[in-house]
Amino acid sequence: MSDLFRLTIAEARDQLARREISAVELTRSCLDRIADLERRLNAFITVCPREAMEQAEAADARLAKGAAPALCGIPLAIKDIYLTRGLRTTCASKILGNFVAPYDGTVIAKLRAAGAVFVGKANMDEFAMGSSSENSAFGPTRNPYDLRRVAGGSSGGSAAAVAADECIASLGTDTGGSIREPASFCGVVGIKPTYSRVSRFGVIAFASSLDQVGPFTKTVRDAAILLRDLAGKDTHDSTCSARPVPNYEAALTGDIKGLRIGVPREYFVSGMDREVEDAVRAALTHMKGLGAKLVEISLPHSEYAIATYYILATAEASANLARYDGIRYGLRVEADNNIDLYNRTRARGFGAEVKRRIMLGTFALSSGYYDAYYLKAQKVRTLIRQDFEKAFTQCDIIATPVAPTTAFNLGEKINDPLQMYLSDIFTISVNMAGLPGMSVPCGYDSKGMPIGLQIIGAPFSEETMLRAGDAYEGSGAIKRQRPPL
Amino acid sequence: MSETRINLEQVQHVARLARLELTEDEERHLQADLSSILTYIDKLNQLDTSAVEPTAQVGDVGTPMREDEVTNRPDPDAMLQNAPAQRRHLVVVPKIIE
Repeated sequence: MSDLFRLTIAEARDQLARREISAVELTRSCLDRIADLERRLNAFITVCPREAMEQAEAADARLAKGAAPALCGIPLAIKDIYLTRGLRTTCASKILGNFVAPYDGTVIAKLRAAGAVFVGKANMDEFAMGSSSENSAFGPTRNPYDLRRVAGGSSGGSAAAVAADECIASLGTDTGGSIREPASFCGVVGIKPTYSRVSRFGVIAFASSLDQVGPFTKTVRDAAILLRDLAGKDTHDSTCSARPVPNYEAALTGDIKGLRIGVPREYFVSGMDREVEDAVRAALTHMKGLGAKLVEISLPHSEYAIATYYILATAEASANLARYDGIRYGLRVEADNNIDLYNRTRARGFGAEVKRRIMLGTFALSSGYYDAYYLKAQKVRTLIRQDFEKAFTQCDIIATPVAPTTAFNLGEKINDPLQMYLSDIFTISVNMAGLPGMSVPCGYDSKGMPIGLQIIGAPFSEETMLRAGDAYEGSGAIKRQRPPL
Repeated sequence: MSETRINLEQVQHVARLARLELTEDEERHLQADLSSILTYIDKLNQLDTSAVEPTAQVGDVGTPMREDEVTNRPDPDAMLQNAPAQRRHLVVVPKIIE
């Protein structure tokens, strides 16, 4: 079996352009890898070999003519939250178990136009609600570094697929850390861009003021390449920014001399895994050695972030998930009246975590509680945003751990929702402030489990964030280890 | 105490609002889960937010407008391909009015 699946986007782009390899060979290599690993990993809900090969053949025809886009012929996994026309799109839920998307979301259409290849729809927590991918109606995704552990969530399948080389790169979404945490747990690069940088049209909505589209890749350079094709104005998403998209790859100069890195004191607290803290501190010291300056900063409202998030996100979710009512699409449990039809369809179609969050969100918005919960949370969100605004007057980027631990065991946290929520502590404020955030591998613990470094930027400063991550990654600070698969 | 933070009646009321039929077991578990979560969320009351404006939106904020023109082509077959029951481009549902 050829090991073309090991390639990065940058490497594949070059070899495809020089016609040393074909898109069909590259896609075949990934599909074979998927067939070999999927029984153990469960990173995919739907694998689409026929469609992928058709896309690969079309890509080869284009590559033969020369001057094809960067993503032409590149096999990608797509989180099953994106509408992909003609393909089953389930959001890992029984309520959409047989739903076939009638149209492509905007970023999917952009990737198709660029000639990318979709090998399958990646597993996730149902409706993006979770931090482990254990809330999927299609079984959990296992961590490629240790199959007894979680891949993280909610974009666990997308992260695991890249880590295991089942694809060259993938798409996830991030509402409270759902790209960055699985990236950290699976030892790959994951980016949540600035809110409004990438269109959310055709992405099944969880929390509309927090959701953001982003890539998983093997290297920071790859993330810069992919992000450029994802970002940009979209008339179908009125929250999507019209700012021009820079050439992110061109920003990767490798130079971070003089870069001021803010280190928030609230993010290095007890209860954190010692090895995670050591790895992150070692990364910061290393970046100092590359010429960056470490600045201690404070984000005083950090301890209120989880409480705020679990009101706002669940409230928005309760509204966004009201459409799953058994009427126009999805699961329908028949009844002789509409109220019972709704009640039973939703009871049967939604999993426990989704029900829990809908209940919490509905409560927070209900009459008599709206001011005490939803409005209060919106005000605390302002305080959290202001913390970051003040911090960015003293530093250019902020560096923190991604998660308090490495990947935990399957089943370990699933019965304690609050424990699961607390694992979002380092990622969640970034969504609330709408900032760009990235997870870059920075080491492994004594069991070989990956550890991620989070780099947070000011709004629309992805170039600086990517430059920092790329400089760190390229400096040989750590030796990347492949999963034992 | 977190067990009494939300009572069973409130759980049932919220379930009605959310159009979720719950088993008795689910009601009890949700009462316990929501109580412990809401107790945790109470920490927000430590903050004085009387002079703070709420944040509704982040990113490039605004409400872009466009001309009120149809810009896509209707495709009822595609839009109805997932309908649980349909007839003549209509979605069939239970009778609502007696």
